Amino acid sequence: MNETATMAGKATATPLSEPGEGLLPRPFRVAAARRELEDVVTLELEPLDGRPLAFEPGQFTMLYLPGIGEIPISISGDAARPEVLVQTIRAVGAVSAACCDLRAGDRVGVRGPYGKPWPVEAALDRHLLVVAGGLGLAPTRPILHWALRNRERIKGLHLLYGARTPDAVLYPAQLLGWSGAADMTVKVTVDRHSADWSGHVGVVTELVPSLPFDPAEGTAMICGPEVMMRFSLQALQGWGLAPERMYVSMERSMKCGVGWCGHCQLGPYLLCRDGPVFSAPQMTPLLGVWEL
Amino acid sequence: MVEIKGLAETLAAHPLFQGLGADTMTFLEGCAANEVFQAGSYLFKAGEASDRFFLLREGDIALEIQIPGRARLTVKSLHPGEVVGASWMLPPYTWRFDARALSAVRATSIDAHCLRRKCDDNPALGYEVFKRFLPILADRLQAARVQLVDLYAPLNQVGRTG
Repeated sequence: MNETATMAGKATATPLSEPGEGLLPRPFRVAAARRELEDVVTLELEPLDGRPLAFEPGQFTMLYLPGIGEIPISISGDAARPEVLVQTIRAVGAVSAACCDLRAGDRVGVRGPYGKPWPVEAALDRHLLVVAGGLGLAPTRPILHWALRNRERIKGLHLLYGARTPDAVLYPAQLLGWSGAADMTVKVTVDRHSADWSGHVGVVTELVPSLPFDPAEGTAMICGPEVMMRFSLQALQGWGLAPERMYVSMERSMKCGVGWCGHCQLGPYLLCRDGPVFSAPQMTPLLGVWEL
Repeated sequence: MVEIKGLAETLAAHPLFQGLGADTMTFLEGCAANEVFQAGSYLFKAGEASDRFFLLREGDIALEIQIPGRARLTVKSLHPGEVVGASWMLPPYTWRFDARALSAVRATSIDAHCLRRKCDDNPALGYEVFKRFLPILADRLQAARVQLVDLYAPLNQVGRTG
């Protein structure tokens, strides 16, 4: 087991010092493959060795397809159900496209979990706000699972979610269920609508002023494309949420997942090892930099 | 008498006019009226005279563009607490978009001729009204620009979701 996983939630993670069990893919079987969007699939994976893959919200795995390659994928399932590894994947490259073609019964390799998780404990006795854009709902869904299980420990639970179009809304049935749940605010907005859409039209940042709580009591966790997170941080800070109460999850091409190869370097950070979750004060200076 | 008092309170409670003095509210309520719209009906349509604007109290509004031969396009939705309509501020005082009620709507309308006249007669009031509209217009301009950025476009590289 690598220290990155066992030290989840601590300020600093330590890279592996030598190859070991943590770098060897474990065999998993595809238990179910569900098409979410035209180019997005959710896989439910079961360990062939029977050992559950324990993780914390915000962590990721390296998913390996023999003969094709390996990619980092966020875990989008419930940390309370580690016996099933749930990962939502968009087909953007050779490996991810192959992942999206997997069928029940197929086998894959999984390394991890890796990375620093969302600091969910920072939301205790506060209003927890999740802001997600596009496929960013996948890495934030474990937060919502955690929050719904710990609902009495947080003051309020709020989700703002933006997508390009209604057809690009991820997990629509689950969003509908959450929006009907007691004590949870769910607001979904799209940039462009289709004929039957009667919901909000506009960017996700426009939803911020209507949030039903005092920003001084809020903790925000934000995930989506970097430009969306940048504008969300600005909007939330303008609304009155303190930067040290905001967290983002960063995305870069990762190869090793444990801080060795340097592919995911962003400024002074290796995202796989030091992140992918960072506080707003850590990331804000880097989000607007043209090239690093 | 009771209705007039209710209208003043309604105006004072709306974010646009919050914090204005009682004298100003009395001044403004002479231009105001409460209105109700059924779901699916239009508050106004593009090209019509922009003779009022609305303070949305209940219900949701879609600002739409009608393009012949194509489905109508919603450019923005508006919700309780927001202001519907800014075309009353600038010549030629005609609506640029359609405003359709997505649900039953209750709104307070402000007569544009009346308010423009009061603003012309009382520059301090006019300055205050324009000061309150300017952030709304700036926010909507900013939102439109951000919308152009395509916030949800995926990275052109393999990341953690692919």
